[in-house]
Amino acid sequence: MSDAAPWWSVLAAPALLVALALLAVAADGVLSARAAGRPFALSAVARPLLEVPRLLVAQPRRLPAPDMPLWRIGVVTVPVAAVLSVMVVPFGPFAVSGLSVGLVWFNAMEVLTWAGLWLAGWGPNAAFSLVGGYRYLAQGLAYELPLMFALMTPGIGAQSLRVGDIAAAQGGLWFAVWMPVAFAVHLWSVLAFGFTGPFAYPAGGDIAGGVFGETSGPERLLLSAGRWLWLAAGSAMAVPLFLGGGAGPWLPGWAWSLVKTVAVLALLVWARGRLPMIRADRYMEVAWVVLLPLSVLQALVPALVVL
Amino acid sequence: MEVALFWVLAVAALAGGALVFRVASMARATFALLAALICVGGELVLLGLPYLGVVVVLMMVMEMVIMVVFMVAYMMNPGGLMPMSMLHNKRGALVISAGVFLALAAGILLVPWPAPAVVLPADTTFQLGESLMGGQMLTMMTLGFVLLSTMVGATALVSRRGRYDRYGDDLDRRPADDPAGGGVGR
Repeated sequence: MSDAAPWWSVLAAPALLVALALLAVAADGVLSARAAGRPFALSAVARPLLEVPRLLVAQPRRLPAPDMPLWRIGVVTVPVAAVLSVMVVPFGPFAVSGLSVGLVWFNAMEVLTWAGLWLAGWGPNAAFSLVGGYRYLAQGLAYELPLMFALMTPGIGAQSLRVGDIAAAQGGLWFAVWMPVAFAVHLWSVLAFGFTGPFAYPAGGDIAGGVFGETSGPERLLLSAGRWLWLAAGSAMAVPLFLGGGAGPWLPGWAWSLVKTVAVLALLVWARGRLPMIRADRYMEVAWVVLLPLSVLQALVPALVVL
Repeated sequence: MEVALFWVLAVAALAGGALVFRVASMARATFALLAALICVGGELVLLGLPYLGVVVVLMMVMEMVIMVVFMVAYMMNPGGLMPMSMLHNKRGALVISAGVFLALAAGILLVPWPAPAVVLPADTTFQLGESLMGGQMLTMMTLGFVLLSTMVGATALVSRRGRYDRYGDDLDRRPADDPAGGGVGR
């Protein structure tokens, strides 16, 4: 069971998530500087972060007849859903909300990204943006079902939908050890709902940036923040689900949670730069013909063990 | 506090539902409907059914996002740049909706409500699971198979290509001749 967290955790959790996202951006800057053969320097860390003030003061661009309300709602939904999703993720022994159906809550918030990105593609009244929005839906249909089973598997193992209970149920053995398929599918899908790395298809260069194509200024900042916030939120969720939460020797629980989250995040940031982009139609078949049966079989393992 | 939230969500749900028929754009109509359904999910959480409430939000977001694809594809004037009405068969619709409203309202008044439980159940999610996988298991299993076979059947009926198109007359062509190549390369 997770303890009731103090009231200021409502503010601390988003701040921590933003800090993790900034860390991921900085790490990505260093990795891409190294890939480009530039010497390591502080500027490699600072360069992507300098985008923040630049975008805040940038002049917004508009096409004729944009659907402004829907566009704004879409752009705001992506980062806000990411922040809301971590409200149920325990940090050491504390969670902002010990919601009894936390697992489903995380899933619901992640699905809100579908709506957000489609709206972000629809809003600007531009063909390539809209193609990007549709691409995310195609990709979503492919990755969502294996992910749902991957999220469900630790829930079955712990016999609870409360994320704190799932973390506490791994006293003997981490779920990552005996649910490796679910763990791998979860990590893989974090890249998908972060629409990054192999899943950057909705924002692909072949459609001039897709959902990012017509965004500028603060809207672009929010949408790219959403991408990194989701990467951090997915990493944070992997820790209580598969890596034993805050359990570990010597250090206090919150420190272990932080260490594990940063380790997962580092793996994902490294992977996103190493993997090529996959088209949604190709990934669809991989997801439904290979990953989905594997995830169902993986969910069967804890079901049999628990029974 | 909870009563106030209940009313806020109720009014917002009704407003979203009404908005569906006021806007001309298919995208706006769909997401107005989604807003109404999310409010309904919130009401379910308030009623002490957190699982059902959150699942309604989860499923409705996915459904409405898929629906908006079809709304934009099939309806005239998807972007709402020209005035159009979402109201069709006004007289018939008015009769049907008034009838349904009266029947439901009569149901509220006529059904003998159970006495309020003295002790609230500890975990409604558990109760729901027990009911679905216990007494109602046959219903749920039948429903699941009917839904699945409907989906598979509908897809098979609309698909113009069969296995002979893919694998050749003797079913021995490898890899299959598909208009769009999949990732597994079958």
